Amino acid sequence: MYLCFFLVFVCPVKRETPGGILSPTKRDGSSWLIDWSSGRPVTMTTEVGSETEVKEKAEESATQSDQSEKATEAESQEVASAEGEEKETEKEKEKEKEKEKEGKGISRYLPWLKKQKSQSQTSPTKEVTPTEEAISTVKQEEEGPAPEVNGHAEEVEEKEAAKSEQVKEKEAESHSNASADTEPAKEEKVDESPDKSAEETKETTEGEGVHEDKKEQEGEVQGEGEGGEEGQTSIFQSPLRLVRKTKMKLVVCRVTQMDGADFTCEVEKRAKGQYLFFKVCEHLNLLEKDYFGLSYIDSHEQKCWLDPTKEIKRQIRSNNWQFSFNVKFYPPDPSLLTEDITRYLLCLQLREDVASGRLPCSFVTHALLGSYTLQAEFGDHEPDQPQPLDYISQVTFAPNQNKEMEEKILELHKSHRGMTPAQADAQFLENAKKLSMYGVDLHHAKDSEGVDIMLGVCANGLLVYKDRLRINRFAWPKILKISYKRNNFYIKIRPGETEQFESTVGFKLQNHRSAKRLWKVCVENHSFFRLNAPEPPTKARFLTLGSKFRYSGRTQAQTRVASSLIDRPAPNFERTSSKRISRSLDGAPVISITDTAENGREPHLELHSDSKVEEVDLSPGDVEATSAQSPLRVHGDNIYVRHSNLMLEDHDKTQDEVLKHQASISQLKRSFMEAPPPSPPQLNQWEKRLTSSPATTIRVQQQQVSLEEEIASVLLSRPSCAGVFSAAEAVCSFPDPTLDAALTARSAAALSATEVSEPRVEAAAAAADSTISDTKEPAKTGEVEIEETVVVKEVSKATKPGLVTVTVTSSSPDGLSGDKETREQEVKVEEKVVVTVETKAVKQESISSESESEEEAEYHPNVSVSISHTQIPEEDEEEGKIEEDKTTEQDMSAPYVASHPAEIVQLAEEISRGVEESRKEDTEAAKKKIAVMEKEGVKETEESTDDPMMTSDEALNGLTPTGEAVTGLEEEEEPKVNGQASLVEPDQPRPQVICCSEPPVVKTEMVTISDTFAAQKTEIATKEVPIVHTETKTITYEAAQLDGNGDGEPGVLMTAQTITSESLCTTTTTHITKTLKGGLSETRIEKRIVITGDCDIDHDQALAQAIKEAKEQHPDMSVTRVVVHKETELAEEED
Amino acid sequence: MAGLMAGFARYTHAVVRGIPTSLAADALRSSRSDVDLAKARAEHEAYVAVLRTELGLDVVELAADESLPDCVFVEDAAVVCGDTALVTRPGAESRRGETEAMKGALKDLNLNIVEMTDENATLDGGDVLFTGREFFVGLSKRTNQRGAEILADAFKDYAVSTVPMLEALHLKSFCSMGGPGLIIIGSSEPAQKALKIMQQMSDHRYDKLTVPDDLAANCIYVNLPNKGHVLLHCTAEEFPESTKVFEKLKDYTLIPVSNMEKVKLDGALTCCSVLINKKGNN
Repeated sequence: MYLCFFLVFVCPVKRETPGGILSPTKRDGSSWLIDWSSGRPVTMTTEVGSETEVKEKAEESATQSDQSEKATEAESQEVASAEGEEKETEKEKEKEKEKEKEGKGISRYLPWLKKQKSQSQTSPTKEVTPTEEAISTVKQEEEGPAPEVNGHAEEVEEKEAAKSEQVKEKEAESHSNASADTEPAKEEKVDESPDKSAEETKETTEGEGVHEDKKEQEGEVQGEGEGGEEGQTSIFQSPLRLVRKTKMKLVVCRVTQMDGADFTCEVEKRAKGQYLFFKVCEHLNLLEKDYFGLSYIDSHEQKCWLDPTKEIKRQIRSNNWQFSFNVKFYPPDPSLLTEDITRYLLCLQLREDVASGRLPCSFVTHALLGSYTLQAEFGDHEPDQPQPLDYISQVTFAPNQNKEMEEKILELHKSHRGMTPAQADAQFLENAKKLSMYGVDLHHAKDSEGVDIMLGVCANGLLVYKDRLRINRFAWPKILKISYKRNNFYIKIRPGETEQFESTVGFKLQNHRSAKRLWKVCVENHSFFRLNAPEPPTKARFLTLGSKFRYSGRTQAQTRVASSLIDRPAPNFERTSSKRISRSLDGAPVISITDTAENGREPHLELHSDSKVEEVDLSPGDVEATSAQSPLRVHGDNIYVRHSNLMLEDHDKTQDEVLKHQASISQLKRSFMEAPPPSPPQLNQWEKRLTSSPATTIRVQQQQVSLEEEIASVLLSRPSCAGVFSAAEAVCSFPDPTLDAALTARSAAALSATEVSEPRVEAAAAAADSTISDTKEPAKTGEVEIEETVVVKEVSKATKPGLVTVTVTSSSPDGLSGDKETREQEVKVEEKVVVTVETKAVKQESISSESESEEEAEYHPNVSVSISHTQIPEEDEEEGKIEEDKTTEQDMSAPYVASHPAEIVQLAEEISRGVEESRKEDTEAAKKKIAVMEKEGVKETEESTDDPMMTSDEALNGLTPTGEAVTGLEEEEEPKVNGQASLVEPDQPRPQVICCSEPPVVKTEMVTISDTFAAQKTEIATKEVPIVHTETKTITYEAAQLDGNGDGEPGVLMTAQTITSESLCTTTTTHITKTLKGGLSETRIEKRIVITGDCDIDHDQALAQAIKEAKEQHPDMSVTRVVVHKETELAEEED
Repeated sequence: MAGLMAGFARYTHAVVRGIPTSLAADALRSSRSDVDLAKARAEHEAYVAVLRTELGLDVVELAADESLPDCVFVEDAAVVCGDTALVTRPGAESRRGETEAMKGALKDLNLNIVEMTDENATLDGGDVLFTGREFFVGLSKRTNQRGAEILADAFKDYAVSTVPMLEALHLKSFCSMGGPGLIIIGSSEPAQKALKIMQQMSDHRYDKLTVPDDLAANCIYVNLPNKGHVLLHCTAEEFPESTKVFEKLKDYTLIPVSNMEKVKLDGALTCCSVLINKKGNN
């Protein structure tokens, strides 16, 4: 059963909110326009009014604090008149844009900034990479006028100082300059989120991140947060984090490196694993870091990998901040590594593995490896110096080292004369990699008969050992599903050539923790070695219990691409021998900053270098370049998907999968036929943006990158965007013709308003060709109700962006996964309820953290890689994190949403939904796929049918024509949209049913995968597969009066955020959008609730419940629209 | 030092053993058959001659022991890989004594000797297939799990996978290596099944050369510096169809070796010698 609720809340316009966006200046209050780098004028007025107000603001968003600084300084300069300033500011903004393009124009722009910098005692700017600075400055400019507390750019120490400063600020707003040293970047980041909605900042902040709220509530000034961040986090700049950090205490982490040295660094208590990991990599000057990871010993004395996407504190579950840096994925062919330093680190790990006996090898091999170690560490054997067995015996080469072995080592060492350390390392690895246990991670287990065995996870699959003997082996391609339940670990095996059925093999682990650990390791290894891109964590698992854990880092394929772009000169590094001498120095706790300095690299720079692919997009002025590069990034995702599929086809693809593909395609076609025409090219832009947006890209490709980094990158991209901007606007407006001109204008405004939006716009423009996502959208269209679109218009849905992204994902690989899952027949009925509520006051919705049951989880390794940008790598055990991530996304996405016609947005949403659902439900996936296919190549149908992948490619290339066609369709539909888009009046709380859209019944077929269908794809007839029929009904209730978002006044998107919470069978996605229109701020909340169940769901009851809850949560809001979407399976699925 | 797994099938030495008179009457056999001792000895002499002259190996010839009727099948007494030699504990009790002389010979060759002292362990060298990258050990009437474990312990560098054996006496009764990454396999069902298992268990990919006759699948492959691929295989007289398959091998030096008599005692080509590479050690 499937229940989906879509709840959208719109906040009514408020005048003179405490935040006082529009409110006349009180006291010192100054109103100013925020110029985004894009140069679009955003009319954000922040009141610097009374202290109390300031405090409130501060609480609301740490970001504002930065603004406050600026504001205070700016007051003198800019304060003159908010309104008048606005115009000026706009001009300035434009200038700034130009400057931004230049990269460092900001300072010129904001004289006070310079002052601040100069004044700042510990200007973090030093640390900040030039680009970062530029970005930061830009951000500042954008935010510039925030009159609240100044951010403190001081180092960690300054936290306290910041607090004091904040106090001061409270006391006297105007004198913040002294403390205002804040690092621009951080401030800016912080500002970004809040900027969007000045008045609603509080609300927004709440919505964005629990952490933030808490912090703010605590009364700590934003500045604190900033200051704290600067100290440690300067490298990764993410406003959100900064905010968090404010409250966070610093913790000293001790990381044991592979050479035995300790690396000490301070980390905020709530820092995520990747933060520490990056710190270590930075310290090591390591670029090819994806093979490595941090491990810790859990309370059960088990070694666990630190999840980079989760807070460290939540993982270690003890106060022992002790970690070790290790190789996590052993590259099967180390010679393919790009840098010697990476090989060296791998050598260190292997030496340890060999010496400890974890990597067993023979006497001769011990001697050989040891001799290479000697050569690498000590160079040529010097006959003169008695290189006695003394020092050799100090080095552990083998668990059972003896004199004989040491003599053998020495003897062999002599034969390596002339070999450079790098060569010796390479030789070492060439031999080590051939060892049978190389890269095998062993886990104790029992087989079904209780016999002790070992399960070994490696690059190629799962190995089963009894004692030292390999008694079975399951290559990844043979494994259909990996799961664990309690202390049982299961793998479902693909049937062999002669076998009819899949078989499941179960093993007993010691306890559920070890089962989960093994499962995780399997998921990660499979993802890393088998996929071209990581599979996003599943968000839409309704019926499935358990962990949504997925590998979040780069895959080997990705990291190879990334490392192939490394072009730095080979870094110098010290080997252990030299370090041994100076160990005292090494042992000393080193602050990360210091390390950075030592390395002589800006942390940022390093990061960039690492992910050059990503950076490319970021580089300013690259609009075209972006498009060109798109293969790597923008389109990169798609490409990855395709590749992954190909990969699967090569190795794993069974005909079953093929069948699924085709079936899904056929289904899509059908749905397409029945469905209303899809949305126009704009969608493409969206997706492109999403896809191309640096943040997204980063996430996808390199999830390890901290949010801060992502943000930073986004900012960077902005400058470049400026140029593109106009184009983007044009594009946006183009599709809109049907929509009111106002909307168009609005969208433009929104775009400008949103920082994030600009870059994406560029991307979109560049990517003008539709992405795979476009294709998908149409499919959704079929399912989706047109009415929702209207709602969207008024409300900018932050959610959608994420969803859209998802959609993209769905197109390529999801089908496979979906199909497989389909077999399980978990979902039968789908109901979607969309409720739109308008409220005067916006309140954040409580975010329910997803419950991850540790008891069991599933993973389908063979599923093609679906890359969903939207999805956050984190497991949501921690509520705050989720929020943050999403917030970020929202920020980015919001602008797009605003700009695009509501229809599109909704479609996108639905699509996204579908995508989410699709994973579990084949049906949906099929629909999407089909839809996609159709869009791309209605004409090319046949080809598409044969090979979905191909279709996607084609779509990319030739989307344009299709897109146009779609556009036309849209236009036709638009009238409806307009009609439906009644204005919502905030005053009327009651939802009225405006229209009931006829339930489009989509007959969906489930694809059954039977191995029996062998042979070639072409031979498989789609028709043979139909199994499941789904009935979809959509009912829309609308309040009689809708707020005229379509009004001539262009609304400015202040904030947008999406919150997703999941429970076992319910997924709630909340979209909070704040829009500023003609002096009115409106908050719209959209909630989408998806309920999945085995039995019929009383959607009336569910709806009532949803509305009730919504009202409880947002007492002052009214429900303006309710859309119920119900999907029921007509027939039982075949399993 | 050549390093791990370098120089597959490069040999410098061979250990063989004479045929005792007791062979004809007392040697173990799976089917009743009369063995012509003279023919067998002639056969064996030709075999050793090939090793010595054609392959250029230093052949260590152990004297036959009348109390050990099966002693000519030296392969079962030891597994040599690199410079490590595992002296086995043959599955047939009557053959346990064969290892003594073998151990001495291997010691003389300065190999690292590992002995299988565990009384629960049995292992016949004929059940051990070394592919150059890993070991497969057939779990047969003669070889048990414990024996395989000890072998895995002796050769830690390599994966050791076990292959359940149903019918054939030894794993190598229907297969052998025909070159780097090339497995010669018989076409019987047990043989094909075993191959499937081996393929599934391996991280490496092997080519296979299927021959109609299982017994013909047992060949001796040697990589000679001056001759390249050399394959000792059955004669056309014995297995004409299988011989045709071998003749399709390109760039191979094919040396048919008669094995008419010894095959009656389940003795295959590989059974009568232990090949050793001593170059890597110096």
